[in-house]
Amino acid sequence: MIWNSPVECMPREDLKRLQDARLREVVERVYYNVPWYREKMQKAGLSPEDIRGTDDLHRLPFTTKEDLRETYPFGMFAVPMSEILRVHASSGTTGRATVVGYTRRDLGMWSEVVARCLACAGVGREDIIQIAYGYGLFTGGLGLHYGAEKIGAVVVPVSGGNTKRQIQLMKDFGSTVLACTPSYALYLAEAMEEERIDPHSLRLRVGVFGAEPWTESMRREIENRLGIKAIDIYGLSEVVGPGVSCECEYQDGLHINEDHFVPEIIDPESLQPLPPGSRGELVFTTVTKEGLPLIRYRTRDLTTLNYETCRCGRTMVRMAKCTGRSDDMLIIRGVNVFPSQIESILLEMSETKPHYLIVVDRVNNLDTLQILVEVEELYFDKISQLQGLRDRLQQQVESTLGISAEIKLVEPKTIERFEGKARRVIDKRTF
Amino acid sequence: MIIKQLSVFLENKTGRLTEVLAALGAEKINVKALTVADTSDFGILRMIVSDPERALHLLREKGFSANLTEVITIATPCEAGSFAKALALISEKNISIEYLYGFSIGQKAAIVLRAEDVQNALEALRNSKMDLLNAEELNNL
Repeated sequence: MIWNSPVECMPREDLKRLQDARLREVVERVYYNVPWYREKMQKAGLSPEDIRGTDDLHRLPFTTKEDLRETYPFGMFAVPMSEILRVHASSGTTGRATVVGYTRRDLGMWSEVVARCLACAGVGREDIIQIAYGYGLFTGGLGLHYGAEKIGAVVVPVSGGNTKRQIQLMKDFGSTVLACTPSYALYLAEAMEEERIDPHSLRLRVGVFGAEPWTESMRREIENRLGIKAIDIYGLSEVVGPGVSCECEYQDGLHINEDHFVPEIIDPESLQPLPPGSRGELVFTTVTKEGLPLIRYRTRDLTTLNYETCRCGRTMVRMAKCTGRSDDMLIIRGVNVFPSQIESILLEMSETKPHYLIVVDRVNNLDTLQILVEVEELYFDKISQLQGLRDRLQQQVESTLGISAEIKLVEPKTIERFEGKARRVIDKRTF
Repeated sequence: MIIKQLSVFLENKTGRLTEVLAALGAEKINVKALTVADTSDFGILRMIVSDPERALHLLREKGFSANLTEVITIATPCEAGSFAKALALISEKNISIEYLYGFSIGQKAAIVLRAEDVQNALEALRNSKMDLLNAEELNNL
């Protein structure tokens, strides 16, 4: 089912006209309401009238996660706080979070795009959708929640974790749709096997999975083990949250809700736009958002765009599954992790030096995070003190990143160094 | 007497202990006593050596995380109850012992101990005329 076919199947010329008009409007709004953008545009010698449509996008300045951090918390908001109804946040690289704000209209738009995504995934009002994304500052839980309500499905807002209860509810309520990270879906499959519950005996038929990269082989595994159709949904809090794009039943690229989020592909080195079909960094301009409109936001996700009309009838451009990043961000159990976050924890503790190695792996379909820390100076020679240091590091990492890590104390100079520069991350997962 | 003990951080990896001891041996540093405290992934090697300052320098140069800690060494006769007698002197003063290790050679036995309050522990032992070993005496054992 197509939730909003007049828009989702709009001829591309009409879509372009709509994007052009909305872009002119948003550029004017950020110019007059966000000093940061005004300054940037003035520096580039641009006034709002210079931007006539999406063909002029390349003339506008980029926005990065660092920019949002520098203006923490509300510096980039384009409306007075009285107009903001809700904020969400994602973890930042140096302890500072990236904060996003939504007006009433933004929340309405968000529900609309999530509703489109769910319909795209084949979810309807007859469905019972179990939302196992975390509820809270993270956009995953509440984002899916309101979209599911909008299409009239039964929402089971169970939130993340508590695997036994997830399975129990799936059985008792007869949930037909599961929304969570793909790795958690596999973990659930495993847990069911352990409890000798045949997933095929459940009513589950569709999975809406996102918040972390996953491969086609992982999709096949999930589909086989859970006996469902596994659909990829994409989003990032800065742009709106989940609902930026989603696969349809053909699972051949994720349809971007282009009437709200105008995509570009750029070369992450030269920052120049790349021709259609090229692989590069995905950049979004949010053309309808009021609370936090973003001009040319660099997602750091690497993908390609396919402008051909899909077999499903939608004309909205399709992005390929994201397969990499143009920065050092890791996505571990759906949580964004920057190596610099770990570095600053080690710098803040007096007994440690920032000599560390992050080892990420996937064991039984769950991401594991291990951090090796060199014991540079032996400040104390009691085992309990060293264990105390390790425990404090563990707590610090958990409270900063929001996920648990195994800390391993190692001897000095154990971590390989290349031309004086240490390799910081070993990611053993295959995407 | 207070003497300096050499402590080395070691990961639980095959051959690491041998490497430390070989490095000391090559420099003619004699190990008089040694103990390893370990957990599942790391341990601390504690040693009484003939030249702690030089040994520390040497190990650090070789990239080990090492340090010197002050410990007390007591000599007792090698007979039943003598360790208990020595330790009672410290616990009576409510000073806790962080760790200790002991050994005996012939008619003599020795305890190396790290107390929470080294000075007061030492005083308690001295007042009771315990036989405390200095570095040289220890070397001559």
